[in-house]
Amino acid sequence: MRISLINIVYLIASVCFILGLKGLASPRTAPRGNMLGAFGMLLAVVATLLDQQIVSFHLIILGLVVGGAVGTYLALTVQMTAMPQMVAAFNGFGGGASALVAATALLAPGGLTNVPPTQLYVATAASGLIGAATFTGSMVAWAKLQGVLHWQPSSDVMQKTINGALFLAALALGAMIVTRPSAFWAFWALVGVASVLGVMLTVPIGGADMPVVIALLNSYSGLAAAATGFVLGNNVLIIAGSLVGASGLILTSIMCKAMNRSLTNVLFGTLGPTAETATADEVYGGKVKSASAEEAAMIFETARLVIIVPGYGMAVAQAQHSVRDLANLLQERGAEVRYAIHPVAGRMPGHMNVLLAEADVPYEQLFALEDINDSFPEADIALVIGANDVVNPSAREDTTSPIYGMPILDVDKAQTAMIIKRSLSPGFAGIPNPLFAAPNALMLYGDGKEMVRELIAALREQ
Amino acid sequence: MEAFIIYITVFVLAIFVGFEVITKVPPTLHTPLMSGANAISGITVVGAIVAAGSKESTIAAILGCLAVIMATINVVGGFLVTNRMLLMFKKKK
Repeated sequence: MRISLINIVYLIASVCFILGLKGLASPRTAPRGNMLGAFGMLLAVVATLLDQQIVSFHLIILGLVVGGAVGTYLALTVQMTAMPQMVAAFNGFGGGASALVAATALLAPGGLTNVPPTQLYVATAASGLIGAATFTGSMVAWAKLQGVLHWQPSSDVMQKTINGALFLAALALGAMIVTRPSAFWAFWALVGVASVLGVMLTVPIGGADMPVVIALLNSYSGLAAAATGFVLGNNVLIIAGSLVGASGLILTSIMCKAMNRSLTNVLFGTLGPTAETATADEVYGGKVKSASAEEAAMIFETARLVIIVPGYGMAVAQAQHSVRDLANLLQERGAEVRYAIHPVAGRMPGHMNVLLAEADVPYEQLFALEDINDSFPEADIALVIGANDVVNPSAREDTTSPIYGMPILDVDKAQTAMIIKRSLSPGFAGIPNPLFAAPNALMLYGDGKEMVRELIAALREQ
Repeated sequence: MEAFIIYITVFVLAIFVGFEVITKVPPTLHTPLMSGANAISGITVVGAIVAAGSKESTIAAILGCLAVIMATINVVGGFLVTNRMLLMFKKKK
């Protein structure tokens, strides 16, 4: 196929990607948007296969079949709770593939690309750096989310120095690639340094900050594809890559705002109790009240409006189906049930919504933080399951708190706040939660799923 | 240099298009948007296909084949899992 014709197909594919992403941003058009994106991808792949540069199809078919089979298997079998690690892994594969393509362009410059040498070498260095760091960073994120890797060194001065040195080394190697292109070793050394950098940057980041990291890696995988577009002189890669880079950055910023932390603070800072933070004994000392499922059920008996606040702990306990059963039971008895979803309730942006949708919770019952907070004073019961820091009133009231300023769900304003939790142990921020000691709060100690089932049983008996 | 300016123009404009297109996304769609965008970033499969098929050198072809595998997992897995999630949202309507 003629080059100009291929480029026109690429342009159509680019338009499909833009319209596809636009579609994905609105509930009504999202399925069509996704289809459109996939259609654009199919167009681009078919046009590429007709490229005259391609003389052998064996390896291409092998790659497409293997990759297609693995991708299909993963997509159809993954549990929704495991969605964050799968998206992380996919990001990593995309980034890694971009770095590999840049490598092949460097190895065989004549055949793959006809861009000016300086552009080729600068773009190859950028693609190798971003792509390799995205790959290893994503693999670390995957391992942490999967629970394979627990190692979490704190981000100290020593580590920042090492990261700085690695970054400078990467820049120096990049300059080497540009000035002495015949030195292939410099490219592989750059990939090596970038790989270590990807690990070093991701390893200190803890569970609750994962939504930010995954969004950021998403953005990087797009930027790596765009850099590879510069290597090959291919506009569809540049356009698709920058679109994804932009969308990843938008989600990153939404997640940072939801935690009232800057990106730098999430990536390099530490979150934890300071000398001024009240200790658990000061906060809880004799003020915490607990109740059994039977006692709690009596309060539910008369409740008109119940707001359920799910946290990641609910997903860990696999309690979402039981929670839905409880909600259905309450509704049968005439109560209104709403779910209040904090933006960082899961392990990736929007994760909690997906988990609840999987458990057949109607979309209309899910409310975002800004839409539900005014309703808490009218609620008879706010039922917190597996959430902690996102319902900590210190974020609103205590200027010395490490999480001060973070938007929280105003659970403490409900008539009664019930908290299902195994113990009074702190959440990710490592600080005590005054909510648990509030006069209108009741602790229901136990496993999320067990306790919800006991509540259901107790309610049925009444 | 001329060509480079054109590529950089496309790059900068596409980033602006990205920011304009993706505004006001409801939280429910954050995960599908991310996995869908993720699949689109697998566009690098196009470069991988050329690398795997061009017979410039054996190493390049092997690296290209590896890149095709990785990028295809990204593309196929990404679009399918997004579709699976969106169907989940839809069936309750």
